[in-house]
Amino acid sequence: MSGAITHPLPGPGAIGSQRSAAKAYWNPYFVGFLLGLVLLATFAVTGRGLGATGAFSSVAAWFAGVFSPEHVVANPVHSRYWNEGDPLLSWTIFLLIGAFIGALVSGLQGGRVGLSIERGPRVSDRTRLILAFSGGFIAAFGAKIAKGCTSGQALSGGSMLNVGSLVFMGAVFLSAYVLAYFVRKEWI
Amino acid sequence: MLPLAYNLEFSVVTDLALAVLLGFGFGYCLERAGFGSARKLTAVFYLHDKAVVKVMFTAIVTTMVGLFLLSSAGVLALSDLYIEPTSYAAQLLGGLVFGAGFVIGGYCPGTSVTGIATGKKDAMVFAVGMLAGVMAYAEFTPGIESWIAATSQGELTLPTLTGIGMGWWTAAFVVFLFLAARGMEWLERRFAHLRPPHHPH
Repeated sequence: MSGAITHPLPGPGAIGSQRSAAKAYWNPYFVGFLLGLVLLATFAVTGRGLGATGAFSSVAAWFAGVFSPEHVVANPVHSRYWNEGDPLLSWTIFLLIGAFIGALVSGLQGGRVGLSIERGPRVSDRTRLILAFSGGFIAAFGAKIAKGCTSGQALSGGSMLNVGSLVFMGAVFLSAYVLAYFVRKEWI
Repeated sequence: MLPLAYNLEFSVVTDLALAVLLGFGFGYCLERAGFGSARKLTAVFYLHDKAVVKVMFTAIVTTMVGLFLLSSAGVLALSDLYIEPTSYAAQLLGGLVFGAGFVIGGYCPGTSVTGIATGKKDAMVFAVGMLAGVMAYAEFTPGIESWIAATSQGELTLPTLTGIGMGWWTAAFVVFLFLAARGMEWLERRFAHLRPPHHPH
């Protein structure tokens, strides 16, 4: 037996065809170490950790303020992101602007930038996009109830041994592992 | 000495420029780890690629060690850092809901930005869904805020809860990370058959 094993070439379209030219990701423990240093620097500079959901809350407050600033000030959720009339000058929005640029640079270096829809081979693009919208809606709601997301609670709170953050992490993984079975066609 | 923001009076421009700079590092790391890809992110729940846990856990332990060293050296007082108050009920319920959104939508708030930056249309739709979700929360269920406040235990960390110091907990987490790393390698081999042929790695 000669040892020549041939793999089928990646089919076009179905699952992110630009992958074939992409470079490999970095070792996860190494990236984790770097991400930890970024988080540590954020604590050292600002006294708080990283966050992401706050930026979406700020944009929502801004959007609601376009129609009625009085309503935003009176609303117990929006009002905390009103920033005295400048909701878009939020620290977290600028953090995510930086994150966008950083991800774009990394993606360009790795040959991983190009329009695509991430999904498994057994769902249509349309189904995937409907599920993406629904998932975003649900995740946002959960993050608002939990007072943080993977960045604010899990990463930032976890590294400070915040008890609520550890409870949050446990709940996220419990819920996602159980539900994963039911949405498996979306991914594998 | 640290945090810097408590000792130096940052102008708004400096403050926001620092946000962009730190964000750059944040986004660069997330993309480098593969977290611009919803399939890479959700693979953690199908056990054949545990990159999400490896990156998150390593980051948490790295920061924990750093905070412990800085506070031991007297450069940074942990009590100066912002801590989100704990509400067991809110973090449990919110976490369960958030986990559902994560596995259905394929991203979390931060990684959706990474996905958008690298051209994932589903990440853009996820972010629009998030905006709608935040808006719905503020408009239709603002009463949840007072429930969270009412169920709050206040600032609560493992050291204050258990009386065991930050140093011991940090050491325990370092050991746990090494053990978990071995366990995850085993899991990935055990469930390698679940890995789709073109899985991004």
